[in-house]
Amino acid sequence: MKKFDFLMAGVGGQGTILASNILAAAGVEFGYDVKTAEVHGMAQRGGSVESHVRWGEKVYSPLVEQGKADFVIGFETLEAGRWPMYLNKDTVILVNDYRIPPPPVNLGKATYPTKKEIEAILTSSGSKIIWINATGIAKDMGNPAMVGVVLLGALSVYLGGTEEQWLSLIERLVPAKFAEMNKKAFVAGRAEKSA
Amino acid sequence: MNSLKRPENRRNLLQTFWKGRLNKLKKLMTGNEAVAYGAYLSGVKVGAAYPGTPSTQIMENFATYPGVFAEWAPNEKVSMDVAIGAAFAGTRAMVSTKHVGLNVAADSLFYAVYTGINAGLLICCADDPGMHSSQNEQDNRNYAKFAKLPMLEPADSEEAKQFAGVALEMSETFDTPVIMRFVTRTSHSSSVVDYDPDQVPPPQEEPQPYKRNPQKHVMVPAFARGRHPVIEEKIKKLSEYADTSSLNRIEPGDDSIGIIAAGSVYNYAREVFPNATFLKLGMVYPLPKEKIRKLASMVKKVVVIEELDPFFEEQVSFMGVEVTGKSIFPVIGEFSPSLVRSCAEKAGLIEPEKKENETAASEAVGKAANLPIRPPILCPGCGHRGMFNVLRDAGVVVLGDIGCYTLGAAPPLNAMHFTGCMGASIGVAHGVTKGNTTDRSVAVLGDSTFFHSGLHPVIDVLYNKGTTTTIIADNSTTGMTGHQEHPGTGLTLQREPAVTVDIEKTVRGFGYEKVDVCNPYDMDNFRKVLEDHLESGQPSVIIVKKPCVLQTKEKHTPPRIDPELCTDCGTCLDVGCSPLVQEDGYVSIDPLLCNGCGLCVQVCPMEAIIQE
Repeated sequence: MKKFDFLMAGVGGQGTILASNILAAAGVEFGYDVKTAEVHGMAQRGGSVESHVRWGEKVYSPLVEQGKADFVIGFETLEAGRWPMYLNKDTVILVNDYRIPPPPVNLGKATYPTKKEIEAILTSSGSKIIWINATGIAKDMGNPAMVGVVLLGALSVYLGGTEEQWLSLIERLVPAKFAEMNKKAFVAGRAEKSA
Repeated sequence: MNSLKRPENRRNLLQTFWKGRLNKLKKLMTGNEAVAYGAYLSGVKVGAAYPGTPSTQIMENFATYPGVFAEWAPNEKVSMDVAIGAAFAGTRAMVSTKHVGLNVAADSLFYAVYTGINAGLLICCADDPGMHSSQNEQDNRNYAKFAKLPMLEPADSEEAKQFAGVALEMSETFDTPVIMRFVTRTSHSSSVVDYDPDQVPPPQEEPQPYKRNPQKHVMVPAFARGRHPVIEEKIKKLSEYADTSSLNRIEPGDDSIGIIAAGSVYNYAREVFPNATFLKLGMVYPLPKEKIRKLASMVKKVVVIEELDPFFEEQVSFMGVEVTGKSIFPVIGEFSPSLVRSCAEKAGLIEPEKKENETAASEAVGKAANLPIRPPILCPGCGHRGMFNVLRDAGVVVLGDIGCYTLGAAPPLNAMHFTGCMGASIGVAHGVTKGNTTDRSVAVLGDSTFFHSGLHPVIDVLYNKGTTTTIIADNSTTGMTGHQEHPGTGLTLQREPAVTVDIEKTVRGFGYEKVDVCNPYDMDNFRKVLEDHLESGQPSVIIVKKPCVLQTKEKHTPPRIDPELCTDCGTCLDVGCSPLVQEDGYVSIDPLLCNGCGLCVQVCPMEAIIQE
């Protein structure tokens, strides 16, 4: 059985925890042993956050080991750039092409890195980077907060499972009144990657 | 057994059994969810806690089960007393707390070990190695040895669920509270749990008269002296139990190395040493001495892998068993599989893994380390921001406390100069005024923190002729841990209407004469009130009230900045609000992030920020 190690990086409040919950549930649905790790509390107040999700035949550690991530999902451009230590030549990196300047940049004390600089950091191990306009798509689908679901849609292309399976997971895990909107966002993300 | 002789009873039992088997599902749960589920299934009926990362969701989840009473107590000590009382009254009970919360509850923990209980008492305690959301990384395994009670530590959610039942049985068998230790990576990690929707806890027993036993329960010196030998004897028996219990198991592997590990660290070690012999500890105090000796006899080298303190290593070493641990693995910080591997490689315990493109990779890691940092900050629209903006401009020393408002210490606000532990702000501020300084000072703490441990020091200021101005930043919730109710919110944990303890009336009732309530977004008014209080020379309280906008979802139309009028003076940036972005020669507002609170409109000297 293949293993899949996922690392999600974003800004506290962007919805990495919901996305990792859906991804974890998908792993169980597809017959894997699954573990996740995330942080709550102070780390969620607009700071850097990272969630780990692991699928495998038998998973011990909830934390992904450095150099062994199969997928890195960046919810925000700069945050994606922080994790080169998790990459190897086969890692697939999906990055939301969206910038939330951190406080030092807002204050003019640091410069937000260019796309090229982030690419240079993330491709040094030979891995591929795929840019996705996830915030834009989420906004078009009704709410920019659905960025995680759009990214999951794009990621799902690599992971097997039918579109129906994924959509039923979203229906189960997203509050009922937002389910339809999120399903549309997922499909749009999936189409973006398939195209 | 007699009842099973009747065929219909046997049939019912079999049906129940098979129904259970057929309905068994796999469900992802965090460690916090799983221990709450396990406690519920084991018949815990009373739970009490104060919120604290990473433990908060234990009581939140327990509160949702039918037929249980669960409360947010004002602080951890109160929660401990409540659970002990329930256990005295013959009902299985549970406390949950973060590691530093056990410091607050320690006085009660220690007496409960001496008195024992009349029904199982489970104390779930979550440590935070790496300090993701805490002021220290104390290793609470030390409490088990210090207070002399057993401690279990699950490695995943299924164990968290199962250990709840084991702990409660152990608690009743040995007449002692039992601690179950978590860390962030067991509390906030999800893994698969066997879940049976038809399984229900045993029914509540008929109420019994209270068991009056002064010699056991009234800890005056004469009685307490009689209890100490009982406790020492109990720990010896628990040590024997640890050797026979399946909580601690030897997992045979090759004989080159034998690893002793528990909890999340066991999982990391399992990945790094797939073929080693393991002693996997589920019970981390007292230790299974015979099993440790057996492991030592099976392998050439014994290695303890444990996060934080050398808690196992010192005890194993004291037994006369040759062991290594902290000479290889650090005392500081959180472990991970990567850290365990790199330490093990350096110590020559394993062959180094082959790495590709090592130079390029280390260059990339260096570049990543130089990226702009992103520390947590106050949310857009947060009421604390207006308050800190005024406090900074007033130039006062701010003795702070624990909560979202601790983020007022971060740049560019830089408006907090001390944070120690829950409730420390007021006492420290009082001490500062009694000390020798030219600076004016105030205490700042939140509403939930005030109820937690602000009541006593606020009385102290009054009683001991202090002049401290205490500012209660009232956002009408426990914010940082994710919006929990407290005595001032008018709702209980189980969402029932409750008495609202009014902070203003409370401090006036204590005897404070100078009390004002302010809106942090009316900065001019708050500035006036603050100066008036500081100049009065009286002990005083200012309640700065603005409900948390994350909870109320209050949102207004974002203002816009006219780049023609903006002179790029940076005044608005100094309020430290994330939607305000330095552009080339002017400042812009990201409307997706902006809450429309209007604070930046108030501070702009050029009137370039326009609220439409």
